[in-house]
This record gives sequence, structure tokens and C-alpha cells, in this order.
Amino acid sequence: MKEIALMKGNEAVAEAAIRAGVDGYFGYPITPQSEVMEYLMLQRPEERTGMVVLQAESEVASINMVYGAAGTGKKVMTSSSSPGISLMQEGISYIAGAELPCLIVNVVRGGPGLGTIQPSQADYFQSVKGGGHGDYRLIVLAPASVQEMADFVDLGFELAFKYRNPAMILSDGLIGQMMEKVELPPQKERVKEFDQSWVITGKTQDRERNIITSLNLDPDLQYEHNLKLQEKYKSMEQDVMFEKIDCDDADYLLVAYGSSARICQKTVDMARSKGKKIGLLRPKTLDPFPSAELAKMSRRVKAMMAVELSAGQMVEDVRLAVNGKVPVYHYGMVGGKIHSPDDVLSEVEDKFIGGY
Amino acid sequence: MTEEIIIAGFGGQGVLSMGKILAYSGIMQEQEVSWMPSYGPEMRGGTANVTVILSDDRVSSPVLQSFDTAILLNQQSMDKFESTLKPGGLMIYDPNGITRHPKRDDIRIFQVEATAEAARMKSPITFNMLVLGAYIKVNPVVDFENVILGLKKSLPQRHHHLIPKNETAISRGMEMVHEAKRTP
Repeated sequence: MKEIALMKGNEAVAEAAIRAGVDGYFGYPITPQSEVMEYLMLQRPEERTGMVVLQAESEVASINMVYGAAGTGKKVMTSSSSPGISLMQEGISYIAGAELPCLIVNVVRGGPGLGTIQPSQADYFQSVKGGGHGDYRLIVLAPASVQEMADFVDLGFELAFKYRNPAMILSDGLIGQMMEKVELPPQKERVKEFDQSWVITGKTQDRERNIITSLNLDPDLQYEHNLKLQEKYKSMEQDVMFEKIDCDDADYLLVAYGSSARICQKTVDMARSKGKKIGLLRPKTLDPFPSAELAKMSRRVKAMMAVELSAGQMVEDVRLAVNGKVPVYHYGMVGGKIHSPDDVLSEVEDKFIGGY
Repeated sequence: MTEEIIIAGFGGQGVLSMGKILAYSGIMQEQEVSWMPSYGPEMRGGTANVTVILSDDRVSSPVLQSFDTAILLNQQSMDKFESTLKPGGLMIYDPNGITRHPKRDDIRIFQVEATAEAARMKSPITFNMLVLGAYIKVNPVVDFENVILGLKKSLPQRHHHLIPKNETAISRGMEMVHEAKRTP
């Protein structure tokens, strides 16, 4: 039987984490994602599955607890919002360098600095271009509904373990705070037996000890390591995911993810009811980015517009993907304000229809 | 059917929980729903509002600029949201504390004296259920039975003894709601 609940996006992440059989959560409260840990604590997951939930003394501590626990092969995660995620960047770079799987949830708020607690999508660059130092990439998932907040927890771990790489759910205050109907995933057992060939625990007499580190002072070894990482990042492209809405006969294309994609869905409906052929491409993964699909679409549509709650970040990747084939506009809102479907529609009419 | 609703008032009036009960009621009759609260500076003292969408289809944008229904429970909300109603839309408001009444003549306007009634019933916490009753009477988007089911789902078990009291308040709100007299 289907288990339906009405939940906030943040609560859905927490419930899905327990059900995904996560071993440990380490975090520190910050608006607008505090419900993640609040919900976890209320649920007493130590009784439900034996999952550890710990409030660390800071975000720096949380991410390093994740680093340590991930090194034992356990399924571990953290969540925070923009300023907290900035604090974690050193740890994230280390985890990527050490090739460990984990899940990081960012419920983005407006910046820069402490900024505001309102929703924003201005952490796109930080998430997909490497917020920390060094040539590393994350797997970045962009949920556009409370259902996807739940579904992407399991998916995030699946990809994180597949590539032994940190995965990030890039959400925002809107998806985190809103409530929607969600079909809860079935309860998975926590994994007791797993591949221990790379983990630091469980050394037997007959094998060498494993060393997990991101430090390699020998340039030849670090060079080899970087090449291997790049090869891995290249292979992640096979897991690109996106959704196309009303694209088949579209003359103009909106590109939007997460909360902006939800807003654009309504804009598309409004434009279509006026007879305007607008479609929407919604990346579900921001890294890997659906560049190949956008390049394909650029041969069919007249123009594209990236719609995001930022001053223009994802638009750069759309432009790179279409490589000058069609004009690519940007429409955005900054500082925690949210554009309405009507705002996007008038921009669409002005740029797309008016501009041609 | 898609019904786009804004509920706005003071923090503490039960605006968010009323929206949640409405959303649960929608789920009880197999609708798609979304509930988007104000959680920003306004929540930290002052006004609170929530956008609830009930629909037979997938809900697209949870953020809206115009609404089918506005349930307005203080002057600030009246000033802010009267203009956001679609032509032909529905406004329900509690006249308590309202000095600038609505002016639009292209919408339907109803009143429910919920603050006064809740005080008379010596049950200020059922204020929001009086208002909810008024709404489902004027616009029966959700059935009374489903609202009661939604209420059960929404309240934690330890508060279930309050359900009869809330049920009474919803029924009372349904009786009390009336069309607003136009002030010339």
C-alpha cells in the first residue's frame, strides 16, 4: 500500500534518510533547513533503524564527522543552508579528493554573506564549479518538488557510492519549506555487509591497511590521481537526468531547475493557453549538466532563456552548451525575492515574442 | 478544478495550521495540493500568510501573484492582498479591527465575525476553524467530512480530544458566514 504524507521538503529529506537506511547524520541548525535535524531528532531514528543523528558544534565539525564516518564505508550525510555550506567547503574538497561517498543537502538562502533566510538559487556556481579548492566535481541533484526531496536522498547515495564521490542535493528555501503530498519510499535495511576493500575499518591479517587521505606530496602520484578523478567525472555524464515539458513543438525554450522550474511550468501553461509555443527543459542533475540535450534543442528552437533565482549563473552553462547557435537570455531575481509565473511570462513575451 | 488560495493574518491566529488542515482535506479527496508559508521576517513577529493550492491536476507553481480566494484576517493583509484577487474571485474576512474595508466591486465578499464568536465561545484557539467553516460553506471545494478527516491527520494524537470542539467551530463558521454589506 502506498504511504502518502503531507510534508515539508525538509521533513521529506529527513524521513527519506531514515528509510534509505542511512547510518549517520551530522549537522548544525540554520534557517531554512533546520527542520531536517528537528524531524530526525523527533523520530528517534536510533530506535527505528539504529541511525545516529548528532548535532555537531559547527558546520566545520559536521562535515569532518561526515568525512571520518564516510571513510568507514558507512552511509552518512549532512545538511545545511548557504552560509553553513560555505563553511563546509574545505571538508567537501577533502572528501572529493579522498574519493569518499556521502550526501550533502543545501537548502539555499539568499546571499552573499549571511544574506537573508528567503529562497535563492545563487549557490549554483559554488555547487557545480567547485566551491572548495582543487579540480573536483560533485554530483549535484536539483529537486523541484517535495517528492523529489524524498526520492533524491536514495538516488544521491546510489550515485555517491557508484562513483565514490560526494553527492549534493541543491534545494532552496521554497522547496524546503513548502508542504506537498509525498509518497514515502519503502524502509530499507541499513547495510551491514558491504565492500570493505577501500575502507579504513575491518583490516584483516591478510591484507594491507587502507589509507584514506587527500594529501599526496609526490607530484607524480598526485598527477596520476587527478587524471583518474577527471576520468571518473567524465564517466558521471552517463547519469545526466532532465525532464522535458511541452518541448516537442516548442519554438522557444525555458531552462530552469528546482523552484524556478516549478514557477516556469505555470508560465508555460499560461503561454500555451495564449497559443505561444514555449517549452521547458528542467535539469534534474546540474552536474552532470544536460549540455548534449541543450545542444540538440538549439538546432530546433529560436531562442532559450535561463530562469533562475540568481543574477545569472546556470545561464553560463546553457550558453556553453548551445555554443552561440541561438540567443540565450537570462531572467532572474536576487536577494531572496521570488519571481512569479506572471513575471516570467512578461519577460518571455518581451524577449522571445517581442524580440522576434 | 484548481483553487488558488491565500490565507493571511497575524502570527498566532492559526493561519498556517488552517492552511495545513485545508491541504490535508484536499489529500483526503485525492486532490493534488501545495502549501507554501511565509517563513521570513514577517513570521518573526507580525503578519503570517500561506498559499494553498488544491487541484485535480499536477500543481505547477507554488508561488503565485493572483488568487481565486483570499481569506484575510487583519488590516495589513487586507491592504496587501485585496488587489491580488482575480476578477470574480472570493474574499472572506473578519471585520474585527478592520477600518479600511474592501472596495473592489468585481469580486464576491463575505464576512465572518470569527474573533467575536471565538471569544463568545470562550475558545480563542478555534478562531481559525470558524474561518475555515466559513470558507467551505461559501466555496465547497472540500467536503465537510474530508475536512474532519484532514483535521485528524493534521493534529498530533495528543490533541485528538480537541477534534469535537474544532468540529463545532467549523459548523458554527458555516452558519455564521454572510455576504458583506457594501459600504458606499
